[in-house]
Amino acid sequence: MNDYAIDVQGLNKSFGKKHVVKDFSLQVKRGEIYGFLGPNGSGKTTSIRMLCGLLKPDSGSGTCLGYDVVRETAAIKREVGYMTQRFSLWEDLTIRENLDFVARMYSMTDRSTAVPAALEQLGLTERRDQLAGALSGGWKQRLALAACMLHRPRLLLLDEPTAGVDPQARRDFWEEIHALAAGGISVLVSTHYMDEAERCHRLAYIAYGSLLATGTPDEVLHRVSLSTWAVSGPPAPLAQLAPKLHGLPAIAHVTAFGSTLHVTGEDEAALDQALAPFRADPQLSWRRAEPTLEDVFIHLMPKTNGAPQ
Amino acid sequence: MTMQAFSWSRWVAIIVKEFIQLKRDRLTFGMIIGIPVLQLILFGYAINADPKRLPTAVLAADAGPYSRSLLAAMQTSGYYRIDRFVANEAEIDELLAHGRVQFAVTIPENFGRKLVRGERPALLLEADASDPAAVGNAVAALGQLANTALARDLQGPLAELAPRAPPFDVRIHRRYNPEGVTAYNIVPGLIGTILTMTMVLMTGLAMTRERERGTFENLLSTPALPIEVMTGKIMPYILIGLIQVTLILAAALLLFEVPMQGNPLLLYLVVSLFIAANLSLGITFSSIARNQLQAMQMTFFFFLPSILLSGFMFPFRGMPEWAQWLGSVLPLTHFLLLVRGIMLKGNTVLDLLPHLWPIMLFMVVVIGIGLALYRRTLD
Repeated sequence: MNDYAIDVQGLNKSFGKKHVVKDFSLQVKRGEIYGFLGPNGSGKTTSIRMLCGLLKPDSGSGTCLGYDVVRETAAIKREVGYMTQRFSLWEDLTIRENLDFVARMYSMTDRSTAVPAALEQLGLTERRDQLAGALSGGWKQRLALAACMLHRPRLLLLDEPTAGVDPQARRDFWEEIHALAAGGISVLVSTHYMDEAERCHRLAYIAYGSLLATGTPDEVLHRVSLSTWAVSGPPAPLAQLAPKLHGLPAIAHVTAFGSTLHVTGEDEAALDQALAPFRADPQLSWRRAEPTLEDVFIHLMPKTNGAPQ
Repeated sequence: MTMQAFSWSRWVAIIVKEFIQLKRDRLTFGMIIGIPVLQLILFGYAINADPKRLPTAVLAADAGPYSRSLLAAMQTSGYYRIDRFVANEAEIDELLAHGRVQFAVTIPENFGRKLVRGERPALLLEADASDPAAVGNAVAALGQLANTALARDLQGPLAELAPRAPPFDVRIHRRYNPEGVTAYNIVPGLIGTILTMTMVLMTGLAMTRERERGTFENLLSTPALPIEVMTGKIMPYILIGLIQVTLILAAALLLFEVPMQGNPLLLYLVVSLFIAANLSLGITFSSIARNQLQAMQMTFFFFLPSILLSGFMFPFRGMPEWAQWLGSVLPLTHFLLLVRGIMLKGNTVLDLLPHLWPIMLFMVVVIGIGLALYRRTLD
């Protein structure tokens, strides 16, 4: 037994000619919340499915909770809670029937107390006899999370658990994840939200099948030395400014945030020089800004040679 | 590979889940009950392998007493319904070509006179044999008629023209179904075809439905074993199959008065085996098929030969040897013999053995294929 909940090296997976995951290596410590980021179609879901035994890697090796990811998938399934990206509980079963079924699948001996407790915690006790299909998106998400934690797994694999969930529910969700992690559960969670990425202990960024960056949010942030200027002003001059900046070699990318424009470049001196002519405009106010995770990721993405294969 | 033991509680959980889902799917549930009753009543009353009262045209160039006796005899045989008289052959051709009559009888000129003279005049029967099954029995009946129709007319001096009795007697015992009632044959056969269709289809859809809805991913991520999932999904349908059989049997006995010579318990045993064989095929289809449409297509690919080559629609022994060999692979072929054996012949379990083991073999092979193909992963 090592200290890692997930410890895999060089996992590869292809579907036909499409090489979806390339040499994927990941180490997640016990009790760690590990954020998994990357654009759509980058191989996040495939990687997660390989970790919980739903897909067999073409090559590579490693362990999940100390069990071999290729040979001991049955043991992994018993101790991992996997929440699918798409709602995958039975819509024609009621909330209680769904939880009951899941509890039986994991041969839980305390099913008769665990299911009502989970319902109570969810706040769904009164609606327990409603069909799962009749729930709204946010409630489905909460039910799915409750279902995958019901058997008290030691590792949670959550595939975009908060997609389409309102901010309050997302906040509650993250409170709960942190509480679970404090209790020793490891969590691998994929997300598109940068604020969620910042709440993770560590991050991995994957694009087009390759892992591009790993580390704490701070490490990732400083992995590439980016300089950023924030320009604010009335909408019209800002809108005119953006296209002029786009083509300049010293500028990596320009991102609009409401009435502010973030201009990012790799070389601080070159960026300052390139921006000098525009700073004369009295309508605009310029200030130096800290690059955000989003700046870093957007910066990392084109380096993988553009289009997905 | 870490081995895991079969878990009864997981198995029961899957059965309970299937039952709840089935209960909520009103349309499917209605079909399960509706299909057998509807099909039985429809086919039981509609299908007739011994068609009678077939429309017949007559060209009578001789209207003498012998002609009248012959025509009267044809009518009373029940096979011919003489509903028009025509004047010439062209009309006969047209009526046959347009399918307005099944038969045309031509009585030539001077039929009576030639008959009396012992010249053996020819009576022409033209049949629309584009459907051979429709004309077979009627034609055979006419052959019989020739011997008996004129018995009363050929007496006294004409007695020597009457057909002589053959030197030996032929006695025919149509056993198990002396009156040749089609329903006795069709109704037990319908048990088999209805079960084949609903059982294979229902289970064929069971697994692909999970795959289409995305719930299969959830099921796969739990520790459930393939054998638990497959057999657990089959179980509710065994009960449904038995309900269907009971409905059909009740109707067979009450509406069609099909005899029940053998042991009803034995029949249920045989039916259960047949249901299990069909379900295992369905569940195997559903592990191969990627979606519900494919499962449906596979079901029909299996269903058609099942009704055509099993002896349900056409006599099994009438097929060439290779086709019989093919038909012997199908469970329905053996099931038909088993059901008819029990219901009509009163067969016992020993009589049935030669047709029981092929169904079992079929089931074992199919389950083996299904388990081998069951995808434990999403690959």
